Amino acid sequence: MSGKLDLLQGTLDLLILRTLQWGPQHGHGIGQAIRSRSDDLLQVEHGSLYPALHRLRREGWIESEWGVTENNQRAKFYRLTATGKKQLAAEETRWKLFVKTMGRVLRSQE
Amino acid sequence: MWKRLLWWWRRKQESEEIEEELRAHLAIEADQRTAQGSSPQEARLAARRLFGNQARIAEESRDVWRVLWLEQLWQDVRFGVRALWHSPGFTFIALLTLAIGVGANTAIFSVVNSVLIQPLRYPEAGRLVAVWQVAPGLPNFTGKLNCAPTMYFTYREQNRTFEKFGVWSTGGASVTGVGDPEQLHVVFVTYGVLDALGVQPAVGRRFSEADDTPGTEETVILSDWYWQKRFGGNASVVGSTLQVDSRPRRVIGVMPKDFEFPGNLPELFMPERLERSKLFLGNFSYTGLARLKPGVTIEQANADLARMIPIWVDSWPLPRGFNKAFFVNARLSPRIRALKEDVVGDIGQVLWVLMGTIGLVLLIACANVANLLLVRAGGRQQEFAIRAALGAGWGRIARELLIESLTLGVLGGVIGLGLAYASLRVFAASGPDTLPRMSEIGIAPLVLVFALAVSLASGLLFGLIPILKYARPRIAAALGGGGRTLSQSCERHRARNTLVVVQVALALVLLVGSGLMIRTFQAMRNIAPGFTNPGNIQLLHVSIPEGQVKEPDRVMRMQQEMEGKLAVIPGVETVSFAAAAPLEGFYSSNVVYAQDKVYTAGEIAPIRSFRFVAPGYLKAVGTPLIAGRDFTWTDLYDRLDVALVSENMAREMWGDPAAALGRHIREGAGEPWREVVGVAADVHSEGIPREAPKTVYWPALMNNFRGNQVQVTRGGVFLVRSSRAGTESFLKEAREAIWSINANLPVFQVQTVEDLNRQSMARTSLTLVMLGIAGGMALLLGIIGIYGVISYAVTQRTREIGIRMALGARPGELQRMFVRDGLILAEVGVAIGAGAAVGLSRLMKSLLFEVSPLDPVTYAAVAVVLVTSAVLASYLPARRAAAVDPLDALRAE
Repeated sequence: MSGKLDLLQGTLDLLILRTLQWGPQHGHGIGQAIRSRSDDLLQVEHGSLYPALHRLRREGWIESEWGVTENNQRAKFYRLTATGKKQLAAEETRWKLFVKTMGRVLRSQE
Repeated sequence: MWKRLLWWWRRKQESEEIEEELRAHLAIEADQRTAQGSSPQEARLAARRLFGNQARIAEESRDVWRVLWLEQLWQDVRFGVRALWHSPGFTFIALLTLAIGVGANTAIFSVVNSVLIQPLRYPEAGRLVAVWQVAPGLPNFTGKLNCAPTMYFTYREQNRTFEKFGVWSTGGASVTGVGDPEQLHVVFVTYGVLDALGVQPAVGRRFSEADDTPGTEETVILSDWYWQKRFGGNASVVGSTLQVDSRPRRVIGVMPKDFEFPGNLPELFMPERLERSKLFLGNFSYTGLARLKPGVTIEQANADLARMIPIWVDSWPLPRGFNKAFFVNARLSPRIRALKEDVVGDIGQVLWVLMGTIGLVLLIACANVANLLLVRAGGRQQEFAIRAALGAGWGRIARELLIESLTLGVLGGVIGLGLAYASLRVFAASGPDTLPRMSEIGIAPLVLVFALAVSLASGLLFGLIPILKYARPRIAAALGGGGRTLSQSCERHRARNTLVVVQVALALVLLVGSGLMIRTFQAMRNIAPGFTNPGNIQLLHVSIPEGQVKEPDRVMRMQQEMEGKLAVIPGVETVSFAAAAPLEGFYSSNVVYAQDKVYTAGEIAPIRSFRFVAPGYLKAVGTPLIAGRDFTWTDLYDRLDVALVSENMAREMWGDPAAALGRHIREGAGEPWREVVGVAADVHSEGIPREAPKTVYWPALMNNFRGNQVQVTRGGVFLVRSSRAGTESFLKEAREAIWSINANLPVFQVQTVEDLNRQSMARTSLTLVMLGIAGGMALLLGIIGIYGVISYAVTQRTREIGIRMALGARPGELQRMFVRDGLILAEVGVAIGAGAAVGLSRLMKSLLFEVSPLDPVTYAAVAVVLVTSAVLASYLPARRAAAVDPLDALRAE
């Protein structure tokens, strides 16, 4: 183990939506938040992050707006929409089910 | 989807936002690193290193919003257009070829569409039928019979399959009191005809049953164009009276503007008043028109009529001199056909033949463009190989090539559509008036679909050929070849050679078609039509109504006086008068019995064509008198029982023209026997391509004919032979001559026999011209094809030529080698084309006259023309080969 985890397919969307639950954030901030909350175990590739943000926007789960950071840097802030919140709930449920199922399967083989 | 569209709409701004967003990311990262102690420059570099490929991230973010296939298509189209733009010579030739091909097809298709495909412009026109009969029992008669007036009553009252039924006929009437006296074209309709068509007058009412009943007020309906022309579209005309043939008629309505009576453009519609008590069997001179009940088929309607014919024979009196056996033996049976077939007539076949030929021209054009594309693709082979080696999929390259071809096709199609539109405008202005439904021809939506489909199909056709040949994995071969091979492999030439062979074969088919039409035209010109110098025979129609001159003798005298006035006009050779001139199309006919023949009870004598003529008619027309004498004025005024017959009739009945003299003939038992006093040469009076009808000439004034005690020809034509015929000044003098005798008579249908001749040839001329154009284009394209292939081969084989020359080959031999190549292509094409032409030319059999579809002269001539052209087309590039300097050739490349 190199100490870093690769993101599982489809989990990036959930992580972004979850991060935005605490309030609007720009792309850099989202990446950093995911990294710090995972104790640096989850590294989000920028090459996946930005296309993912645009995909979520296209689906209507998040909205974007230009704003200014504490350091007075202009940046694009993303925010959850109403459908985004519903989507987050649904994905969380699915993820938990997935984890539980995986755990059960792996335990039974031990 | 609409979010993507919105994005697409703002794509420029959105793209900039993506870039800015990424720049912001880097700035934030750098800020944080500076805060942690790095120098600003270090921080920026580290941020960028960490970030990765900025351009790719931006691109992938944009991709999220894209409708990928659509954008790639757009990109390919733009690439294609750019590629075409960069080779203007190729593009120009290809577009021109395609535009002509697609344009010609679209133009002909729009004619086919409006004449043959679109239904007639009546409500539920599919249920409209024309009612005809055939009579296989009548000797010498294979045509169709119209309806008799008595059939109108029987059919109308007893049928089970018609919703509406009526009969109509055409005629003329003079109108006075509104400007100059005018002779107008009239359609006489019974109650039921306009009802069957389902058209209401725009103003006023339709004819009612009362309008048909003798004794009521006489009525008339105007056509829109006559109403506009004469009354300026004033609605108050409806309800007023019009002087028609010197009798008042109440105007009850005006037909709508877009209304067209089947095959006619009359000014007036008048009720056909049939007096039931005076009618008898026979007189098949009314056209029957019916609207079938919904769901009734033509077969059912035919069966219904077949049931009614015996009832009809039983329920009406016989005409004088006929017995019932005549009508039974004639074996009358119904032949109903769709009204559209009736209106379109035999022009349908011409149009399909044209459509076919023009389709072939398009195929040849496609072959030419495919050939050009092959050359282009051949030249780009290395480019393709390099691109494939660098990772472009062969599929992508193939798609690009195809889209380039389709773009070419569509662009050519658009230009072609413009050409078609322009040529239709010209065609509509100057085209043959024999074409039915001319006014309806235009670029309809179906025509647009057709043009698009044809363009795309052509693009696909010529686009696939180079793709199949080049866009496939052969990197090593292409890269390795590198253009330094000595000569092209056969395989590489095969596609182009095949295309040229196909072109030559198609060109041969088209040239054979036009050749056969030329031979037909020649055959028509070589026929002795029975009239001479038709351009010098001026026709002027005059009709003397009973309301003006009652006594038959006075009618004849008045006509003779007019002849006298016409004869003294300077430049007039001779003048005569008749009911109709040759080629005029209206003539009567009936059975004729001979006194010296024995007829069994009910036997039907052969039907003859009739002409009612004054003395000098034969001389005015230019028909030689074979035996006997012409009529004299004494024959007419003394009403002697005499007749003339045509040579072919004399030969059929008595074996020899001279033997006809002194024989006696008559139409029916109630009439006197009339002595044959002369025999005239045959006249092709129904059109030169038609056989000369066996004809009886009756005096224009005679006793006891068709129930009239004295029969005179009231409506007829003056035939004035003069070299001044057709000129304005001459016509003015001729009209004045007629009006000096009676100023109240309209003079109408003023034309020369040559005008009629041209009209009767219109179908043949149209086919000839169109096939000629198609054949010429095919020949030209074929020659270009051969020239292209040989010329390309010479260029490709320059090194080989150089080596051959260095080894001692003489220039002449090299020249012959290339010419032989061209010749072989042409010969194979000619052989294949001849096979196809043998099959296809049968289809135009009905358009030919005295020429077999397998006419050896045509085939030989066309083959010679094609092979000679091929030799010429290969000789030019071959000469270049002979001029090659071996040193230059070997040093080249």
